[in-house]
Amino acid sequence: MSMTASDENTTNPLADPLEIAQQWHANGRSVAIATVVETWGSAPRQVGSHLVIDGEGNFEGSVSGGCVEGAVVFEAVEAIETGKPKMLEFGVADETAWEVGLSCGGRIRVYVEPVTV
Amino acid sequence: MESTLLEHINSARKLRKAVAVVTDLTTGVARLVDTANVDDDPLQGEIVSRLKSGKSGIVETPVGETFIQVHVPPLRLVIIGAVHISQALAPMAQACGLDVLVMDPRTAFATAARFEGVALLAQWPQDALNADQLDRFTALVAVTHDPKIDDYPITQALQSECFYIGALGSRKTHGKRCERLSAAGLSETQLARISAPIGLDIGAASPQEIAVAVMAQIIEARRKKASF
Repeated sequence: MSMTASDENTTNPLADPLEIAQQWHANGRSVAIATVVETWGSAPRQVGSHLVIDGEGNFEGSVSGGCVEGAVVFEAVEAIETGKPKMLEFGVADETAWEVGLSCGGRIRVYVEPVTV
Repeated sequence: MESTLLEHINSARKLRKAVAVVTDLTTGVARLVDTANVDDDPLQGEIVSRLKSGKSGIVETPVGETFIQVHVPPLRLVIIGAVHISQALAPMAQACGLDVLVMDPRTAFATAARFEGVALLAQWPQDALNADQLDRFTALVAVTHDPKIDDYPITQALQSECFYIGALGSRKTHGKRCERLSAAGLSETQLARISAPIGLDIGAASPQEIAVAVMAQIIEARRKKASF
């Protein structure tokens, strides 16, 4: 059984954030990878989930159900500019303050790191 | 993360090797650990058990937090039978992130036109299926309804670490299948690994609905039963 020759044609690259990160970087785009490193309570994506972001704010993948991606993209663009990784933490949304957060009641930590040469 | 590390991670995943990326969250320095170099790693015990369980997570070390991310290979689905159900199941499995291979010696069924974008082999499983490649990250479904085609791959899968084995057919058909496989030397315990009738019992009737039931059962096997 040989799958190697046809894998690249049949596997959907959009399903894989780390492949996208590598492609983007190879194409000369600046890239950051965000990873869920810890979750508490009812978290939407499991530990190890990735969101990849380029310097323009384009992104693929997810670290939540869409609740905090906007904030992660913002922080990732900054991490790309400084070249330094950072840790983000999100908890329950405070609706009155219009704060970014998780409506599901969970809490997550997201590690954001630029891809360096 | 250095781009060379990213490339190494992706190539290991393509080779279906389980690897761990170990990141010191204080300094941001990351290293790639696999079965070849894990014995030399200061976090050896922790990494070995996580490579086995597939669970990523943070460990506390004297110098601060370290994140161990385990990358297990992409799941693979081998579908025996290029039938109507398979035409619905293959793209569904791809959407769920599985690498899909369809195999059927009947060239009228195994045509590229019927399986666009899917790896397809118009060969007998006896010739094209390599037992070594039925690893613990692989699911096998046999849906031809024809013992001449289905029995061999099912037997190979039962002797492998495949995390899911499903076979199409009624209870009666499956009963006969078990008699044949039992006569060929397979044990009760081995035969009990076959999910048959195939798929979660959601009353599926059309080929598309049966594909949903099978996909759901594969997900259940991976998330609730498999040890990775």
